[in-house]
Amino acid sequence: MIPAAFDYVRAGSADEAVALLTEHGDDAKLLAGGHSLLPLMKLRLATPSVLIDVGRLRDLSYIRDAGDHIAIGALTRHHDLEHSDLLRQQAPILAHAASQVGDPQVRHRGTLGGTLAHGDPASDLPSVVLALGGSVVARGPGGGEREIAAVDLFTGFLETALGPNELLTEVRVPKVAGQGWSFQKFNRRAQDWAIVGVAAIAGTGVALVNMGSVPLRASGVEAALASGASAGDAAAVADEGTEPPADLNASAEFRRHLARVLVRRALEEAGV
Amino acid sequence: MQISLTVNGEQREHDVEPRLLLVHYIREVLRLTGTNVGCDTSSCGACTVLLDGESVKSCTVLAVQADGTDITTIEGLAPGPDQMHPMQEAFRENHGLQCGYCTPGMVLAAVSLLKEYPSPTEAEVREGLEGNLCRCTGYHNIVKAVLAASRA
Repeated sequence: MIPAAFDYVRAGSADEAVALLTEHGDDAKLLAGGHSLLPLMKLRLATPSVLIDVGRLRDLSYIRDAGDHIAIGALTRHHDLEHSDLLRQQAPILAHAASQVGDPQVRHRGTLGGTLAHGDPASDLPSVVLALGGSVVARGPGGGEREIAAVDLFTGFLETALGPNELLTEVRVPKVAGQGWSFQKFNRRAQDWAIVGVAAIAGTGVALVNMGSVPLRASGVEAALASGASAGDAAAVADEGTEPPADLNASAEFRRHLARVLVRRALEEAGV
Repeated sequence: MQISLTVNGEQREHDVEPRLLLVHYIREVLRLTGTNVGCDTSSCGACTVLLDGESVKSCTVLAVQADGTDITTIEGLAPGPDQMHPMQEAFRENHGLQCGYCTPGMVLAAVSLLKEYPSPTEAEVREGLEGNLCRCTGYHNIVKAVLAASRA
């Protein structure tokens, strides 16, 4: 499978990427690791006329202690998240979930910013950042930056609140050292996407993978826990407000069942 | 677009279309056909090569993204013409292949794995090779070979 023809430009800086986005408008797509975008282009489900390669912006690859939160450069690869001692200490669910994305080859290329900007409801890390109550930093024309809470980021299937000429530059997650957590991923083969997944951090949040058109917070579960429900009772409403897809792997009803079972397991493992 | 990269220790320069995939550059431009195309959807790992020493699926990398990098394919792994890389030797010794189609990708994924985990457990080898499928289901001897190579 071969992508449709496109023009390729390489951005030398974040500001240059923003300028190129402004210049090319809706016809352009940003390319980071390419492990979400290139498969879509090979299937001709995406046919951008310009690819702006930001993959070489090394200064956007970092994991830093920023005081009250951990700051992660958008181009930090899953492989780097997985092996970060700082993340293992301060936000271990993110390091662990990164190790469950795809396979080693995918993790050598795929980036955290890329997976969040792509906004696939079946991806693992958007839901983890949602459960953590994280945020992203978007850089626009003129060097202006704004912070978008993860809960406001995902607006529709593969759609985000990022503007057409904004570049996601950083991901911020709170420090949750010492809090119980669990990441549950149900699939049939090791490297597959989650049929359903759950990210839970005790006292912080619960989010669902592949239970709707966007990565979702399990708001029913969170409300039940906030009003003092047991883990078992909270898990029983895990599929409340969701519209899970039906496909070759699972019917919508099976996904609802999985959400309830996996949320219960997650809450128990997280010690909620 | 003009690209310049090192493939198996040799400097290569070509003018390529931006949409050319790295695997097609390797197979059709450089004529190094040891790298296979299996699923073509970044699942099976038959197209695995090393990019700056790390395993990647070359069906999901553009040749222009590899500009300036150092690529190793199965043809470039052995230290000399009559020699084999320890991983290749371990695959031969342990009969770590049946039809052989997955083997180049499997060997390169295993080389990358041992760089990260020089003394892996059997479980780490099995998990570390999760990105490579063997349609002959010859995993048992592949895992044995990688463990043997880690001790070589």
